[in-house]
Amino acid sequence: MRRSVSIAGLAAALVLGTLGFGAVQRGYVANAQEKMSTMEVKIDNFSFGPVTLTVPVGTTVTWINRDDIPHTVVSTDDSKTFKSKVLDTDEKFSSTFSKAGTYPYFCSIHPKMTGKVIVQ
Amino acid sequence: MSEKKKDELLNDHNHDGVDRRGFLKCMAWAGTGAFCVIKGGVLNSYSLSRVSEVSTADMMGELSFVQISDSHMGFNKPANPDVAGTLKAAVNKINGLSATPEFMLHTGDISHLSKPEEFDTVDQILKSAKPKDVFYVPGEHDVLNDDGRQFLERYGKGSKGGGWYSFDKKGVHFVGLVNVMNLKAGGLGTLGHDQLEWLEDDVKHLKHSTSIVVFAHIPLWSVYPEWGWGTDDSVQALAYLKKFGSVTVLNGHIHQTMQKVEGNVTFHTAASTAFPQPAPGKADSPGPMKVPAEQLKSVLGITDVNYIQGKHALAVVDSSLV
Repeated sequence: MRRSVSIAGLAAALVLGTLGFGAVQRGYVANAQEKMSTMEVKIDNFSFGPVTLTVPVGTTVTWINRDDIPHTVVSTDDSKTFKSKVLDTDEKFSSTFSKAGTYPYFCSIHPKMTGKVIVQ
Repeated sequence: MSEKKKDELLNDHNHDGVDRRGFLKCMAWAGTGAFCVIKGGVLNSYSLSRVSEVSTADMMGELSFVQISDSHMGFNKPANPDVAGTLKAAVNKINGLSATPEFMLHTGDISHLSKPEEFDTVDQILKSAKPKDVFYVPGEHDVLNDDGRQFLERYGKGSKGGGWYSFDKKGVHFVGLVNVMNLKAGGLGTLGHDQLEWLEDDVKHLKHSTSIVVFAHIPLWSVYPEWGWGTDDSVQALAYLKKFGSVTVLNGHIHQTMQKVEGNVTFHTAASTAFPQPAPGKADSPGPMKVPAEQLKSVLGITDVNYIQGKHALAVVDSSLV
């Protein structure tokens, strides 16, 4: 009886261990994927940096406002792909690009500020 | 008449009739209360105290009003952590003028983030100003998130389209224009077709001798296009005003006083009551400019305007909050 319990216990441990290991492995892969598929644009001194950002399809681009004045991120292509709310200092806006193409945008408050995301 | 400070055109290096050194010297004075104008290449500057001595009789005109601008209620960064306090100081300055102005013009950026509580705070502070009537035009900070719906609800009664309107005071025709809506990428301020059509019609039947005052947020002349300091289609608007003998254009947006005279049109921008911005090209970007705390009030200000019947131009005098 003890042997069957111990075998059952061992089997359970093995299963749990595999599951656990699998989860860790998946988590590791997911983190690596996240790192590759998030890119940042810094907004400061009334400009987007970098002005032109080239990314692979599926990337999430995050704009972060480091200026001491609020800004927006509004796409100017025909389908108006993305439009942020007003971003005060340290606020962020993200958009995921699932289709290849060129996505010009500007700050609707300060229209001289323009930028572009190229998705390849 | 007490002596006036006057600078002649001494250095015309760019052959464009502008003595930049003299102009920059004058702009430095503007922070401590001066009235500067370039007229046909000649720069005249009058220290504020002398103006009030000289023109007390002139100041007893038919109509006087005050322009304030860019209160940016809600702004709280180092350039000015207390914009409510400096707006109150501006109201105190207005209340201390020797002749109480009949009304006030606010040339926009009333709020910083278009938040209701920001508008409420400005309304509250302006209640203690002696002039009870205030006329507003929006700045780009007043029409965030809702295409200006909130601004129109609060301040746009009787206005057309995006909030433009006109009214008359003692024979002077005032026109409030909106050039901060539907801004195009890479562009400047814009008035738009509908507003221009309305303006043409609005002034069509006025006598040429009518004095015109136009007020809008972004400058209606090209102050510095690189920083968005101009309006794409203002030339068309000014064409409709060409026939008038006296046109005064009052703007805000650039947070510093600047003047330009072009024929019958005097352009003037007001200081902010919140924070200064750098002179054109003097910094990387037109953001809030930090100055030592004790100097802040000297670079913020109000504009007192007097209309004297028979005089060609309105008397426009800037004073700092100090």
